[in-house]
Amino acid sequence: MRAAVARGLAWVRANPWFRIAVSPPRALSLAFLTLGGFLAGVAFWGAFNTVLEATNTERFCISCHEMQSNVYAELKGTIHWANRSGVRATCPDCHVPHEWTSKIARKMQASKEVWGHLFGRIDTREKFVALRRHLAENEWARMKANNSLECRNCHSADSMDITRQAPRAAAAHERFLFPGERTCIDCHKGIAHRLPDMAGVEGWN
Amino acid sequence: MTRFAALLASFALVLAAGSAAQDSSRLTGPTPFTQAPPAAPLPPPVKDDLRRQRNYPEQPPVIPHAIEGYEISINANKCMSCHARKFTEQSQAPMISVTHYQDRVGNTLGGLAPRRYACTTCHVSQAQVTPLVGNGFVDMDDLGETDRRPRRQP
Repeated sequence: MRAAVARGLAWVRANPWFRIAVSPPRALSLAFLTLGGFLAGVAFWGAFNTVLEATNTERFCISCHEMQSNVYAELKGTIHWANRSGVRATCPDCHVPHEWTSKIARKMQASKEVWGHLFGRIDTREKFVALRRHLAENEWARMKANNSLECRNCHSADSMDITRQAPRAAAAHERFLFPGERTCIDCHKGIAHRLPDMAGVEGWN
Repeated sequence: MTRFAALLASFALVLAAGSAAQDSSRLTGPTPFTQAPPAAPLPPPVKDDLRRQRNYPEQPPVIPHAIEGYEISINANKCMSCHARKFTEQSQAPMISVTHYQDRVGNTLGGLAPRRYACTTCHVSQAQVTPLVGNGFVDMDDLGETDRRPRRQP
């Protein structure tokens, strides 16, 4: 074992690329390397965030027909698509966390969706409907775990004036939302897309 | 001659049909039926949560709240999230009537009978609008017989 490690290290040391990487530069100045490195870093970071933001738009989401003809088509006609004040929720507003670390974590999870797209897991309406319960449960679990953070990015309980709500809504929010007994997604399922078969889901008959 | 009579009869028929079309325009409003005026905006629903009196005992109670976006499909029934027996404590909503537990031959089931599943077939939300046609309905209590208690035998 030790011999194998020593052999590996010797190979790395003997590698000409490694020698170039660890030896001081002969032709390039320190200023070029520091400033150039800084500028390259800026360019890399800018490009990274630009691409990240580009994948965080509704246009990108519905560039796959699975999204365009299923969930996006169902979003149309709901209150999050058109309403009296004209504030619209787009796909990433609800499905991608806004905070950077969580966003990167979600983006890494979403790489599985690319796999699913390439191998056609929901490339027909029938396949999508058959998998809908599973997909919905993923989202319910995520929103339950983060206390409906994506809802609360816009809908703040602190700013919610229940005297301006219908009595039924006011009573429910006062009893379940404000004490923290329930979170948004517990009651507000299926508000932006059609529901899967709800047999056995808590709160549904 | 018979041909002439048939022609006359068909002419009369066309005239009669024309006058019937004029009658029907009273329901469609002042715009001629050949034009398609823009639809009037949907009035906002009544949502004061006050139960309305039924006009007769068998009338399905009307819905005093908004039901926009409530899914009633093969997958889910949003109404039952509040009006099912087991959710009435948390929702304080009226429970579905026991008649809704019976199938069409009178067997009492453990829950909502399939034939009662489509709530909005009978129960509808309300809006403040002017009726298009008059309604001559008279409440049974207004028919004159005010005292309906059974008479005691002397």
